[in-house]
Amino acid sequence: MAAVTRSRKSCTVNPLKMSQPIGGALAFLGLNHCMPVLHGSQGCTAFGLVLLVRHFREAIPLQTTAMSEATTIMGGMENIEQAILNIFNRAKPEIIGICSTGLTETKGDDVDGYLKLIRARHPELESVAIVYVSTPDYKEAFQDGWSKTVARIVEQLTEPTATKLANRINILPGNHLMPGDIEELREIVESFGFDPIVLPDLSGSLDGHVPDDFSPTTLGGTALNDIRGCGASRLTIAVGEQMRAACEVLQAKTDVPYELFDRLTGLEVNDRLMGLLAQLSGRPVPSKYRRQRSQLVDAMLDGHFFFGGKKIAIGAEPDLLWGIGSWLAEMGAEISAAVTTTDSPLLEKLPVEEVVIGDLEDLEMRAVGCDLLITHAHGRQMAERLDLPFVRMGLPTFDRLGAAHQLTIGYRGTRDLVFEIGNVFLANSPDHTPDTRARVEREIDVRTPATAH
Amino acid sequence: MSTLSNEVQEIFSEPGCDKNRGKSQKERKEGCAKRLQPGAAAGGCAFDGAKIALQPITDVAHLVHGPIGCEGNSWDNRHAASSGSHLYRTGFTTDITEMDVVYGGEKRLFRSIREVIEKYNPPAVFVYQTCVTAMIGDDVEAVCKAAATKFGKPVIPVNTPGFVGAKNLGNKLGGEALLDYVIGTEEPEITTPYDINIIGEYNLVGELWQVKPLLDELGIRILACLSGDAKYHEVASSHRARAAMMVCSKAMINIARKMEERYEIPFFEGSFYGVSDMSDSLRQIAGLLVQRGAPEELLERTEALIRREEAHVWGRLQSYQQRLSGKRVLLITGGVKSWSVVAALQEVGMVIVGTSVKKSSKEDKERIKELMGEDAHMIEDMTPREMYRMLKDAHADIMLSGGRSQFVALKAKMPWLDINQERHHAYAGYEGMVALVEQIDRALYNPIWEQVRRPAPWDLQT
Repeated sequence: MAAVTRSRKSCTVNPLKMSQPIGGALAFLGLNHCMPVLHGSQGCTAFGLVLLVRHFREAIPLQTTAMSEATTIMGGMENIEQAILNIFNRAKPEIIGICSTGLTETKGDDVDGYLKLIRARHPELESVAIVYVSTPDYKEAFQDGWSKTVARIVEQLTEPTATKLANRINILPGNHLMPGDIEELREIVESFGFDPIVLPDLSGSLDGHVPDDFSPTTLGGTALNDIRGCGASRLTIAVGEQMRAACEVLQAKTDVPYELFDRLTGLEVNDRLMGLLAQLSGRPVPSKYRRQRSQLVDAMLDGHFFFGGKKIAIGAEPDLLWGIGSWLAEMGAEISAAVTTTDSPLLEKLPVEEVVIGDLEDLEMRAVGCDLLITHAHGRQMAERLDLPFVRMGLPTFDRLGAAHQLTIGYRGTRDLVFEIGNVFLANSPDHTPDTRARVEREIDVRTPATAH
Repeated sequence: MSTLSNEVQEIFSEPGCDKNRGKSQKERKEGCAKRLQPGAAAGGCAFDGAKIALQPITDVAHLVHGPIGCEGNSWDNRHAASSGSHLYRTGFTTDITEMDVVYGGEKRLFRSIREVIEKYNPPAVFVYQTCVTAMIGDDVEAVCKAAATKFGKPVIPVNTPGFVGAKNLGNKLGGEALLDYVIGTEEPEITTPYDINIIGEYNLVGELWQVKPLLDELGIRILACLSGDAKYHEVASSHRARAAMMVCSKAMINIARKMEERYEIPFFEGSFYGVSDMSDSLRQIAGLLVQRGAPEELLERTEALIRREEAHVWGRLQSYQQRLSGKRVLLITGGVKSWSVVAALQEVGMVIVGTSVKKSSKEDKERIKELMGEDAHMIEDMTPREMYRMLKDAHADIMLSGGRSQFVALKAKMPWLDINQERHHAYAGYEGMVALVEQIDRALYNPIWEQVRRPAPWDLQT
């Protein structure tokens, strides 16, 4: 059980946290033929764009309502209208996703109201779905932006159906799952004969592929028709506590029950996933996964020597922190410092004394003497200062290749993590020198002959 | 806000700007930037611009007063290099909460300044205003003044909320903050007749260090660089320079002109990109210093250095001429650098099939025409789709641009080179040109192109 504390500083130093609107925009980027828009100053979009471009090494469609000082004070209806029309005419998307920012929330723009008026004025927009989410920068964090946006997409676009399809399953991944993870999960679910709908599906849009032509919108991701059809699924499988809201909205609206996995990194959680899929499908677990399980068990046997007693400092958003932290504890390592960005019911359950909702300065103070640092790429400065081995996890990872394909779930992903992190420990194991033996004060000194009484 | 809007107006009518001189009174009032088009805009905001201009000052704390989006999404994302302190790469932000939005964020800002000073003890704190805190009426100027008095340290307000305009305006407003609060507030330990300022050079990927050794050799001292690899004290005492070079005209022209007006420091506009531009800049620096009283022999030494460096660099560039001659380049940059890069590429026989002039002044365009001929293909505004087609249809062999359009080229399976702020190599100075040409050569002749363009076996016609 962990004590959850908030950093009491006034000034955030070396932010771990990123803002809600781009978490929301990222969720929209997992929808096909979509154009996400931030309702704010053009800088809000520019910063988010650069951040996502550098992580995924992909072009990122992301627009702005380009609010100025005057339009902010007057209210942003005209800018939203122009933005929608411009995007509709130029990029021809199927979905336009709008996230508010701190700027327009401070003014208090009634975007839902604006959208009704805009739709009434422009019947030609009927063919395009428009989803609006309230995501002020001055509240919560990136993960919350994703979570709220998926819940809004479900609320606004899914449709209830009378019948359910026996082989249809929804997969709702949290934002800590990268395209590589989503691909893995889809493959697992498909191998039991299911036909899953992944929402949002970053593995379709941001997995790094070379399309045949240029597209100003997302190319790949969840299709609008599939979003609408989510209500016909027999079950929703969600990954990450952040997806609970979306699962509940979907259940309330379409009667699709859900099964939420708070993580899929580790042996036992994947056993539960396999058990669930086997039971639902009435099929045995495919031999491929039986073999992979065995490989994971073997990796744990080979690797545990290097994990036992290791002290680890982690800075990550709640669901990633939970997934990686819990698994590391299961490998025998000790979480010595944990910093996160926002509230989550999981935090107090973490196997650590204290979880701080804070920044990388808080983590740096607590990471002294640790054996490993795990956080996003901004940990590079503290890793250097503290001379700590450093594994990059989470977004942004802008100074390494392949961030989109980092695999951390399933038997196979967990097996590879054992190797990746175990190798870091191995590479940093201390040299043996004549002074290696610990110097402990002994009670009896034998350096000189004992004097006779 | 009224002082801010006055300052913005003043920048819009900047007399040193070529573009402005060609405008009517009314046009000037409307401002420099085209009105941003909602849903079709790209680029950073004024806050972004101010941060770009000032963050290269390495030993001060840069504190962003606003919600997490402004700093949390963007910190430590540029490659301005430092020879000393790394404090400028630390992200400081008030990360305001909903409570601050309701009750005001001034107290949090004041406490934040105190924390930064107590923990990091920088020579100064720069405080950046943002949209939300401007909207709720936080008076950063007053808070900075109070904090400066209380803590006995310069606390500099940079009043550039994003919504006042685009990045370029922010560059200039950042410059105004230096003029209003920093420049002229301290004195250099010593002065020499060889002291210059370099204005508008950010030392990205250490580019200044491609040039500094040459100046060192001539005995010319960079009193202050604004703002690449600068220390606070250097900026504060930069008013004692004898002459100045303005590198990136669109960004900091107001600083150069006002320093000339206030401190009688003459300046010229030059570039470190391209062999002849580089030589020309050295010549002009030496010339201005001699005009201001430096011994005349400096001119001769400068010429000797130029002869030596040019001979060396031409020799090295020549080895690329055969491989690069006739290769077609699509050059998409912010515009100001277009002509200097154009000249450099022509030096090795490359053909510029198009260059962007979106941000170039009339004179810039004239210069490009001079270099590329009357039928120069100048691109005002090119959509990513058009760029993609141009590359896909092989009307160019390589695109040189900024990171924003990187994937347009790569997805068309065409060579691409970053020449903007996220580049990994220094292209300034004589050696920099060799580095640029070397990188172009590597990109063009990499063996992957042939492989990646080959269709998949299932796409082959049988």
